[in-house]
Amino acid sequence: MADPDPFDSALDLLRRLNPAHTSKNLDALCQLAPSLTEDLLSSVDQPLEVRKCKKTGREYLLCDYNRDGDSWRSPWSNEFEPPIEDDDGGTVPSDRVRKMEIKLNDGIDIYRDLYYDGGVSSVYLWDLDDGFAGVVLLKKSNDPPPPPPRPGSIAHRIALLTSSATASAPQTASTGSWDSIHVFESVDRARMSHYKLTSTVILQLGAKSEALGNMSLGGNLTRQVEQDMPAESDDSHVSNIGKMIEDMELKMRNLLQEVYFGKAKDVVGDLRSISSLSEANRDKATHREMISGMSK
Amino acid sequence: MADVEEAELSEKQKKEIAKWFFLNAPADVKAILNDEQLYNEAASESFPLYNKSYMICLEMPGRMGDVLITSFGELNENEFLDPRTTQVAIVDHIKQVCTKARPALDEELPSSYIEEFRCALDAELLKYVGEAYPKGVCSVYCTNGKDVEGPGFDFELVAVISAARLSPQNFCNGSWRSVWNIEFKDDDQMLELRGKLQVGAHYFEEGNVQLDAKHECRDSTVFQSPDDCAITIASIIRHHETEYLASLEASYSNLPDTTFKDLRRKLPVTRTQFPWHNTLQFSLTRDITKELGIGK
Repeated sequence: MADPDPFDSALDLLRRLNPAHTSKNLDALCQLAPSLTEDLLSSVDQPLEVRKCKKTGREYLLCDYNRDGDSWRSPWSNEFEPPIEDDDGGTVPSDRVRKMEIKLNDGIDIYRDLYYDGGVSSVYLWDLDDGFAGVVLLKKSNDPPPPPPRPGSIAHRIALLTSSATASAPQTASTGSWDSIHVFESVDRARMSHYKLTSTVILQLGAKSEALGNMSLGGNLTRQVEQDMPAESDDSHVSNIGKMIEDMELKMRNLLQEVYFGKAKDVVGDLRSISSLSEANRDKATHREMISGMSK
Repeated sequence: MADVEEAELSEKQKKEIAKWFFLNAPADVKAILNDEQLYNEAASESFPLYNKSYMICLEMPGRMGDVLITSFGELNENEFLDPRTTQVAIVDHIKQVCTKARPALDEELPSSYIEEFRCALDAELLKYVGEAYPKGVCSVYCTNGKDVEGPGFDFELVAVISAARLSPQNFCNGSWRSVWNIEFKDDDQMLELRGKLQVGAHYFEEGNVQLDAKHECRDSTVFQSPDDCAITIASIIRHHETEYLASLEASYSNLPDTTFKDLRRKLPVTRTQFPWHNTLQFSLTRDITKELGIGK
């Protein structure tokens, strides 16, 4: 049998390790096999880093797509920080694509307020020969948990109206973080534009209390979707991409909550039963008797 | 690759990293390490640690039953006592098999006075584990005072429960480990119990989700006859583990409504999806957001 490819082995290993420590594991892997560093860093998503734009004072997110050497471009100022001493000052999108970038940043920023109620977002676009490509980044951390809204404030009244279960276990301290990374490209075709979106969500939840001890539940998911949509103007590109990302985030959030967390719960349930096994077996026997009684 | 050389680690550092991976994921790092000898060294140092830390269960030859690999039954690196059968299992750590078994020597076993307590507890623990763990394995060791011949001296028993579910073909793994230290205090005729529970679940089909939970608890009871001690201890263990599992279940049932919702809602407070179709409306949406008092 041929030796497995080191890169595949490394990815396989990362899939088996706790997603809460991805950055640490990645770092160790790169030390162990320096030749894999570049490939690994570009194909494994890690929680996003936040930086403050010097010009506007607003926070933005760092990734490979807004990096040039040791500098990162702020989506708010369109400038690299620290400045690049080159002639061209670092690669920025064309005027047309930058206009879309501004618009999409604006839209995602409001979208973030509505869905995340806080956090940081950044959108970076770049030119392609037959279209353009980009990345939408969103990050929210609850660490430590935010204080409850001031009683009487509008936010508090909304919270009362909209949530049935507010902090049901007050003695439980919980932490959490969500990172989403949406990489897409839009290629112009005859009457339609072809969009391809690859999205990764990295989620980490933790809870701590006297009765519970320490619990952490975390994970990451990647999904892909391709779609053709008409785009008569650059504004419709912004709408199309925004909609695709909104649908994808909804789908991934549901997957994490229903499928992945459900599975983790099932695995624990298989290890130790919440009701005693003899009770469960008795129930099964009663059930069998009932069925055989009915079929007589 | 000249630029890589200066970042090259020493053999020792590499081995340490490889060991970290071995202990955290039973996966193949051979291809990444690309060094047969280093791999073998790292494996032979990490497998014993992994096997003991996860308290793996191995089958003894000749229908002798199962033996748990724990530090409490460790006589030397490859020999582990199974107190129930009074057999000593000789194990191959890397292959994770028991190759041979031999009867334990008298000096490896507790005195008959201690054995009365140990054996009674083992019987009660077996009943409980049979009730609560579909595939649980348990054992009771004497870790202190095994040569005590009668009343008047302190001694200590350790009860362990290990349940594992490994089904990589279904993309999930899980483990439950309990370690209960029971100090028999002759002076004040008390029993002090300390429990350490660790639960892990991993689901990795088209994603990677991991649950990691730890809990510690204490309890005490009065020193009684071996049979009464055994019944009381088993019921204390049952009580704490049932309570713990209940709070663990409650905690991940609460997550969607608490921490997860704080990070990212399923729908915006406005209860409608984002108006991507109208980019002119972005600023209007922002005004409404501000009006509602959400966002920054």
